[in-house]
Amino acid sequence: MARRAQPVSPWVGIIAAGFIVAVVIAAFVGISQRIESTTGLRAAEWQAVRFTVWQAFLSALISMLLAVPVARALARRRVPGHTLLVTLLGAPFILPVIVAVLGLLAIFGRNGWLNTGLDLLGLPDVSIYGAHGVVLAHVFFNMPLATRLILQGWQSVPSEQFRMVGQLGLSPRMVFRIIEWPILRQVVPGAFALIFVICLTSFAVALTLGGGPRATTIELAIYQAFKFDFDLGRAAVLSLLQLAVAGAAAVLALWILPPIALQTGRDRVVRRWDVPSPWGDTFWITLAAGFLLLPLLSIALSGLVGLFYMPLSVLTATWTTIWVACVSTAVLLVLALPMAAWLAQAKWGGAEALTLLGLVASPLMIGTGWFILIYPYVSPTAFALPVTALINAMMALPFAVRILLPPMRQVFTDYGRLTMGVGLRGVMLWRIVLAPRLRPQIGFAAGLTAALSVGDLGVVALFADPDVATLPLQMYRLMGAYRTEAASGAALVLVTLAFGMFWICDAWGRRHVAS
Amino acid sequence: MRGGDGMLRVEELRITQGDFALSAAFEVLRGRRVAVIGPSGAGKSTLLNALGGYIDIAAGRIEVDGQDVTNAPPDRRGIAMLFQDGNLFPHLTLAQNVGLGIRPALRLSEAETDRVMDALGRVGLRDFADRKPGDVSGGQQSRAALARVLVQAKPLLLLDEPFAALGPALRAEMLDLTSEVARDAGATVLMITHAPEDAERSADDLIFVDGGRAEAPRPVAEVMANPPEALRAYLGR
Repeated sequence: MARRAQPVSPWVGIIAAGFIVAVVIAAFVGISQRIESTTGLRAAEWQAVRFTVWQAFLSALISMLLAVPVARALARRRVPGHTLLVTLLGAPFILPVIVAVLGLLAIFGRNGWLNTGLDLLGLPDVSIYGAHGVVLAHVFFNMPLATRLILQGWQSVPSEQFRMVGQLGLSPRMVFRIIEWPILRQVVPGAFALIFVICLTSFAVALTLGGGPRATTIELAIYQAFKFDFDLGRAAVLSLLQLAVAGAAAVLALWILPPIALQTGRDRVVRRWDVPSPWGDTFWITLAAGFLLLPLLSIALSGLVGLFYMPLSVLTATWTTIWVACVSTAVLLVLALPMAAWLAQAKWGGAEALTLLGLVASPLMIGTGWFILIYPYVSPTAFALPVTALINAMMALPFAVRILLPPMRQVFTDYGRLTMGVGLRGVMLWRIVLAPRLRPQIGFAAGLTAALSVGDLGVVALFADPDVATLPLQMYRLMGAYRTEAASGAALVLVTLAFGMFWICDAWGRRHVAS
Repeated sequence: MRGGDGMLRVEELRITQGDFALSAAFEVLRGRRVAVIGPSGAGKSTLLNALGGYIDIAAGRIEVDGQDVTNAPPDRRGIAMLFQDGNLFPHLTLAQNVGLGIRPALRLSEAETDRVMDALGRVGLRDFADRKPGDVSGGQQSRAALARVLVQAKPLLLLDEPFAALGPALRAEMLDLTSEVARDAGATVLMITHAPEDAERSADDLIFVDGGRAEAPRPVAEVMANPPEALRAYLGR
């Protein structure tokens, strides 16, 4: 019997997926070597698990509660700078965590704008450090993401429906019930799940704003067991916990995760007749804009001053960061493109779950496992940068595959038979058909990976010795040494680098867009 | 040894897709132009896709020009096929699209480029070689696709209603051009059609597909003069 013909051989994709699985299993083997029957779970570990789940839940909940009214306001009202604001909603996703933290500190920190204001009013100071600071930072990152996802849902409502509403003279309450509620019910669970899973593996935020028994995530606990106590057994147990928690969540979330489209902020306001007084919407838009823009503004202002205080180490770290990001992006494309080609032709939809391994197996869990494997033989610090580049690529993989998959499916649907008919195969098929047709998505995915890699402060903190640093790590060290000006300067360099690399890749993708 | 002058021989072919099943056993003689006709959903496209090697078959044997191609990939079956759409890559020029029919690479030798230009000239598109499909009309896109089939130089050509989106006059013109091109190349043609006048105009034989079965081809004039019951119902006569 003839096998169904397929334009692209699935084997390269399957090998790529196998490679990912192998990396995770190797880490798992490393971890299990260190788990002894005597390493029981102590109260501190349970505390970390509880806090991790609790803060992720709270972050997702608050993000959604804020995002719904903001998205609703943006969907039905055009304000000055509307397009810019919708575009900026995409920014936190690629904003380096450590930069955002510095920006939040400038607003909410001890000497920040908020406390200065409170002092003037004679009110007591608030502190950003602790559990609420962690949640605040997570909301800063994820509320815009949630807003964009909901906005997309809202914009998918055909404008005819709103015209019908105008014709029937329905009250806002009825509009909510008939149009808005069904959309929310579709979008909100997926967005909530995505944010929850992202926050479960939070490390850099907890490292900078959390800590202590009441605000330590599992990831942070791994790092502390490693760096402060060099207790590999405990790090291993914690890694296993992280895997279990994130794995369970990801399996549950898999079925409701939203697709990540290229055209996220399509800026379209449908003319509507059901809008009540503008004050509510204006309030929400102003609040969101302020929350998003003030920290970014403060980074720009203090960064410009700080540029003059930067030590030479920042330059070295910048160079390191650039090449780590380039390697990450290359690795990502080598993995993601064949995997997307395989998945686009696969009958078994569950294969996509493999890419989620990148989210489930957290950076520090993989890092711990590989450290345990490597260090009896060679100094792990020698592998700090390659391991960082690889893990960064793996973290971006779920997003990249979700970006590439829909257009890849489309190409096979539209041109699969034509490619087979003229015998396009292998490299030629990629060069002549797939690369040109997917160019915008390849550029977008590459840009996303480069930016995420540039901003990553994770496994590199585990492996690096004092001589080696990526820019986020160098910035963290400067902050730890209270060299705030220098850190601000580094932050500006870092954010420029992240957005710059994203822009270069994305612009490459959009140039000569295939007709 | 080639059996008689058969170009396409289909032996006990069986295709199943869920609840749908189609069986066929027939032979098409060299150089004939055969219309495949039948109600929607009868399996005309499925039959052609199976012959072209694009879908699984459950059982049977397919022979093209004396070669068993049952398990051959689509490009090694001696078959060229035009689909309803997606016959051209929109990001490549017409010349590049045609060139893919000679060799699946974009860089061609001088002689090969000459062949591409000759083929484009044959369908009246020599001056449009560097345009992209989006920049020419629907009729010109069909011509370019036909030029590609021409350079592919396969002995058997399958048409899955590639001209369905064109107006009646343009469709007739394209069918005539296809007939000419096929005759010059000595190719055998199987074409799906909904319109009996297309069959009468451009085909010698007719395969009627209905009730899960593709009938053996019979001369168009003969069938049309005295159509069997099922075909009469389809034609509304």
